[in-house]
Amino acid sequence: MSSNRTWSSDPAGRATVHAGRWLGLALLLLAAGVAPVRAAGIGDLVEINWVEQAARFFTFQDATVRYALLGSILLGLSCGLLGSFLVVRKMALVGDALSHAVLPGVALGFLWNLSKDPLAIFIGAMIAGLVGTALVSAITRTTRLKEDAALGLVLASFFAAGICLVTMIQQLPTGNKSGIDKFLFGQAAALGPDDIALMGTVTGIALVLVTLFYKELLATSFDPGFSRASGLPSRWIHHGLMLLLAAAVVIALQAVGVVLVSAMLITPAAAAYLLTDRLHRLVLLASAFGVAAGVSGAFLSFVGPSLPTGPLMVLGASFVFGLAFFFAPRHGVISRWWRRRTGAARTRRENTLKSMFHVWEAGGFRAEGVTLTELAEKRRETLEDAQRLGSALVRHELATLSGDVLYFTPAGKQRAGEIVRNHRLWELYLTNSAGMAPDHVHEDAERIEHVLGETVVRALERRLDYARVDPHGRNIPTPREIHRDAGLTDESKRRERP
Amino acid sequence: MSAESPLEIHDLTVAYHRKPVLWGVDLTVPAGQLIGIIGPNGAGKSTLIKACMGLLPVQSGWVKMFGQPFAKVATRVGYVPQRESVDWDFPVSVMDVVLMGRYGRLGLLRRPGKADRELARSCLEKVQLLPYANRQIANLSGGQQQRVFLARALAQQADLYFMDEPFSGVDAATEAAIIAVLRELRDQGRTLLVVHHDLPTARQYFDRLLLLNMNVVAFGPTSEVYTPELLQRTYGGRLTILSEVAQALGAQEPPR
Repeated sequence: MSSNRTWSSDPAGRATVHAGRWLGLALLLLAAGVAPVRAAGIGDLVEINWVEQAARFFTFQDATVRYALLGSILLGLSCGLLGSFLVVRKMALVGDALSHAVLPGVALGFLWNLSKDPLAIFIGAMIAGLVGTALVSAITRTTRLKEDAALGLVLASFFAAGICLVTMIQQLPTGNKSGIDKFLFGQAAALGPDDIALMGTVTGIALVLVTLFYKELLATSFDPGFSRASGLPSRWIHHGLMLLLAAAVVIALQAVGVVLVSAMLITPAAAAYLLTDRLHRLVLLASAFGVAAGVSGAFLSFVGPSLPTGPLMVLGASFVFGLAFFFAPRHGVISRWWRRRTGAARTRRENTLKSMFHVWEAGGFRAEGVTLTELAEKRRETLEDAQRLGSALVRHELATLSGDVLYFTPAGKQRAGEIVRNHRLWELYLTNSAGMAPDHVHEDAERIEHVLGETVVRALERRLDYARVDPHGRNIPTPREIHRDAGLTDESKRRERP
Repeated sequence: MSAESPLEIHDLTVAYHRKPVLWGVDLTVPAGQLIGIIGPNGAGKSTLIKACMGLLPVQSGWVKMFGQPFAKVATRVGYVPQRESVDWDFPVSVMDVVLMGRYGRLGLLRRPGKADRELARSCLEKVQLLPYANRQIANLSGGQQQRVFLARALAQQADLYFMDEPFSGVDAATEAAIIAVLRELRDQGRTLLVVHHDLPTARQYFDRLLLLNMNVVAFGPTSEVYTPELLQRTYGGRLTILSEVAQALGAQEPPR
């Protein structure tokens, strides 16, 4: 620890040391389950086990717990709500800059009457945040620098000034008891009734304004130019949103800390972005995720060893994002992988059916079944492979296997006919209409045959004048033949051309 | 419709970083016309329509629509921005985007109601996109996206339309469908200014042409304005000098 000790005059460093020391232990303790842990400052310093501690948390015995929990819910809600618009407007970095820029304001607000008066700190922080954003837009307007450079510049310089001011405050006679260092990494336990009142007010105002001006927020986020041209007050909406964001950042500071508050704005909204394609659902989901992250952060910080609340909240939000990243139904990594996999399996089955059809066709459509040996020969594979492919068809009820002979089911026969037709139609289309050489078209048709829909097939047939023979001189099965072979009813024939 | 011109521009100068892009533009547009704005890249075509609607700061001059400044008549003006100007991954449906055409008339605090939805549906019908109403806009082809913007403009029910390259990136069938809609709007007495970049079709599509290259080269009925000399002057600059030199060289006796 001696290498770390040099840092301990700096509040950020102290928290790091704390976190580092307890992190390893925390994992051990969580594994042990019942080992005694120290309440994370939210409770008192009694040694009790985590089950009791969890019970204390959920029964809200202590006022501190109530305030911490309420505060976490409010900040999760406001950050998720407003962060949604930040993400869809591609202004995520603005949130980061804003949260760092407020620190000097926090310090000045504290210096106003040398106490942690929530209102003075709120006003100081708001002013600093707005001066910061104004500087960013001034830099982008008057120089050739782009917004990202301006944001980085303002973020760092304001944060540096803030750190210096905070350190100065801590060196004051009363400073080290001030709790001003809590603003860096956040501690929900430090929330008092005044803080909660302020957080409630800000969150309430944000909720009301977003509901009232949702239409304008949507339009200006999607297409600012059109919105201005149709007379919507785009600029006011933008400034209003920035003001609300600054307020949300400031009320979240004490619980999450300056360094991580932007993560509470961005992470829940980013997770929601992966889960839905509509803005109103995105906003609702992001708010819910924000609340969930806030509550889980407060809970873990209370039950677990003394880890700061802020990072735990952010980890909670990141966990939600991780779930969305992997499991989102449409945009998730796993579901995309699963779709690809099932698509590949279907293609394999269809190729097997096609091979069966070819064998059947070569035999003049006489032999009803196709032996596994024939299939293996046709596909130039081993008998084991043919067996595997055959049982895949059986599983999907496209064929039945008796002994070592595969028989088409009606569905299997129809699909086989369709695939062969698609393949040959596409080859014909490429040679006739796209002017490709007949020996160039097979590879392409191998891929296309699996994806052609019925409407495209109909269009192709019309285009090719219902041709019956493919470029290699083979018969193209017609819908009539396919249906007849599949043994389907007359019902399905009525859709055919006369 | 009032006797006032739908669009009157007087000595309009627009500059980016003090470098003028449009220079002393004067223009009085008659009502009920389908007008093409053509000119080379960087001629200020988009700049002109954006400046008219106050989307860009104007250095000097003024613009009046129906005899009033734009802000007073914004609800009578419709706009089709360039397709590239928005993020098509944005989480909205086709219907949501078309409804945005109603926002200007609704004003603050009012939500689009049943009548607005009905109108939006009929606008989607007109551009043959009704089956796509509930799709997210990313799941559309370029031509369909362009038609979404057109449907949104239709929903604005404006008397004066500005359209920025509504034909860019669309196939021939979509282009025909779009021009049919534009002509229908014109026949209803509305005025349309359309930025266009294809000369041969410009001649077929538009009643009048505005030839623009930093200032107005010519403005008038297509038959009068679509002349080699005027087009040459519009697309001129270096090209003109080059072609003049080439012509002079061609007129010389070949050295034998």
